Amino acid sequence: MAGVAPQNSGPLPQELELPGGKTGFRNWLDRNAWRDIIIAVPYIWLILFFVAPFIIIIAMSLAQSVIAQPPFRFDETWPYVTFENFERLFSDYVYLRGYLTSLRNALIATALCLLLGYPMALGIARAKGVWRNILLLLVILPFWTSFLLRVYAWMGMMGSNSWFNRGLTSLINVFLPAASEINSVPMMNSNFAVILVVVYSYLPFMILPLFANLEKLDFTLNEAAMDLGSKPMTVFRDVTLPLSIPGIVAGCLLVFIPATGELVIPSLVGNAGDPMIGRVINDEFSLNRHWPMASAIAVALLMLLVVPIMLYNRMQERAAEGAK
Amino acid sequence: MGIENTGKAWETPKTEPFIRIENVTKKFSDFIAVNNVSLDIYKGELFALLGGSGCGKTTLLRMLSGFESPTEGRVWIDGQDMTSVPPYERPVNMMFQSYALFPHMTVEQNVGYGLKHEKLTKAQRQDRVKQMLDLVQLSQFAGRKPHQLSGGQRQRVALARALAKQPKVLLLDEPLGALDKKLREHTQFEIMNIQEKTGITFVVVTHDQEEAMTLSTRIAVMDRGIIRQTGTPTEIYEFPKTKFVADFIGSINQFAGTVKSVTKDKAVVACADWAGEITVDRDASVAVGQNVSVAVRPEKISISKKAPAKTLNAIEGKVIDLGYFGKDSLYRVKLPSSALVRVNRVNDQRGRETERVAQWEDKVWLAFEPSAAILLKD
Repeated sequence: MAGVAPQNSGPLPQELELPGGKTGFRNWLDRNAWRDIIIAVPYIWLILFFVAPFIIIIAMSLAQSVIAQPPFRFDETWPYVTFENFERLFSDYVYLRGYLTSLRNALIATALCLLLGYPMALGIARAKGVWRNILLLLVILPFWTSFLLRVYAWMGMMGSNSWFNRGLTSLINVFLPAASEINSVPMMNSNFAVILVVVYSYLPFMILPLFANLEKLDFTLNEAAMDLGSKPMTVFRDVTLPLSIPGIVAGCLLVFIPATGELVIPSLVGNAGDPMIGRVINDEFSLNRHWPMASAIAVALLMLLVVPIMLYNRMQERAAEGAK
Repeated sequence: MGIENTGKAWETPKTEPFIRIENVTKKFSDFIAVNNVSLDIYKGELFALLGGSGCGKTTLLRMLSGFESPTEGRVWIDGQDMTSVPPYERPVNMMFQSYALFPHMTVEQNVGYGLKHEKLTKAQRQDRVKQMLDLVQLSQFAGRKPHQLSGGQRQRVALARALAKQPKVLLLDEPLGALDKKLREHTQFEIMNIQEKTGITFVVVTHDQEEAMTLSTRIAVMDRGIIRQTGTPTEIYEFPKTKFVADFIGSINQFAGTVKSVTKDKAVVACADWAGEITVDRDASVAVGQNVSVAVRPEKISISKKAPAKTLNAIEGKVIDLGYFGKDSLYRVKLPSSALVRVNRVNDQRGRETERVAQWEDKVWLAFEPSAAILLKD
């Protein structure tokens, strides 16, 4: 009878004694089968489409590049694997710089998203009834058009002949001496453009978790702080801000992690001379056809991002504990 | 306990009220939460605002704390006009119904939070926190977070936090609402003790009449934004001025009737429900022919199987329901007019079921003294 139903699934004591040779499997089928199957589905999904491919990528990162189909091969002698891709990763400045550019762009974009998103999320959380729904809808509205289309729209706007660029140019020229007037603002193909479009695209991912957190905060806590002598700004610093840290962490990670590995935005509006790591992986993979190198970069990127993911998990656990 | 303390300031004409609420009205769009309320509360009182949900008691409290501002009227505290002073500048602290303890701070930090804004040295601050924690007997829990405390302990932290700044007025929003019955009684006396020790004026909002009766020096009974009656617990219970107050506080039997005759100190009321006349101590202002209500508390009616010697205000009926509560029993007696009368009788003799005053279906005599009845005008 070991390993059968846990106590909380509620069998009566006399039922535990299972006369007539009901086996453990039969018992499981009767009691917990559905629950276990439903829980298993997402795990099976993750194993098939995340764990398995990732193991393949790790294996590939330890192979050698060859001009063949497929374009990689393992050594035929012990130890069969090679670490030369990882050695190159650390010795060739191109890759290190790719990581640094990615981290820097993602950090700046995350900080800007937080600065823009926090007041918006707070405003939505404090809005009343219908207004709250309307404002939330406006945040989600951009998702109704294709992401690619929105990036192309930004390309059009940042181009030197667009109304946006021309308007910005004449605005800047107002403050410049006549001799050094500019013809257009060089926005396209720069890290500035990447950060701008990343902030634009990822802002909802900052606002939504922040909103979910701020909305749950008990406003009587703010009243209590005010009652005890704190002015509104102090109340924000002492109560709202510390209690919204889980939301801040969640929002920052939801922006930072995908922004670090972002491929489409740097490919379309970024500076090819200072590429982000996503673009480096893509180039290795499809231009150089160096699959093992691309895999090694990807594995290292994941290791890099595991740190903030772990941090996020710890945060969530602590939040769950505090809520008890 | 507190009554002796305050020296009945409200009865001394020269005493200046400590809190003065002057013709205060509060409207939320077109809903009138508080309707032209005037109220004086004196220094050192433990004053209760009592009423059902939506009666405006919480709105009134929030206007004292500064979270709401009156649409009309003024609020004075200790001689200062507080009407437009923000909550963080009022000499008033509040104990919230939900306690509103800061979940990210320890008990100590919670209690000390308000002191950050006072001009105190660090040592003085620590001293005050320690003193407050001693007052509510929570010193050994100083380092805990609120979620590690029981409901009663949280309540005491909230009380200590609100008292730490030594406010002129302490507001308590349903202070015992979230506690279980045993703890309520204990906490109730604790609040009264603390009030006595600190001498701070307490204003309590509650929907629980028992809580209001035992805690407070005076009660204001509120209904639909209006104060129906203000008085000591005894005044409110024994001398209610309106049907609403009589009905809201405790339970009461009411018999509608018409004043038939008036003598120097008695009035005779003809009552269809009572199938006859009721003699009551007269109120100064009743006139013959006036429609009135005779109200009698269930515990002030005697019940027995034998006909009483005096036939004044006596009637025979039949017991149709009997509730046994241990210390007392409630009898519901049907009169010949089919009106129901509730009678409470203390079970002051130990005995078996069969030894009770009356059983189901028993014929019984009910009677009450003229002084036991309250004459209420419609």
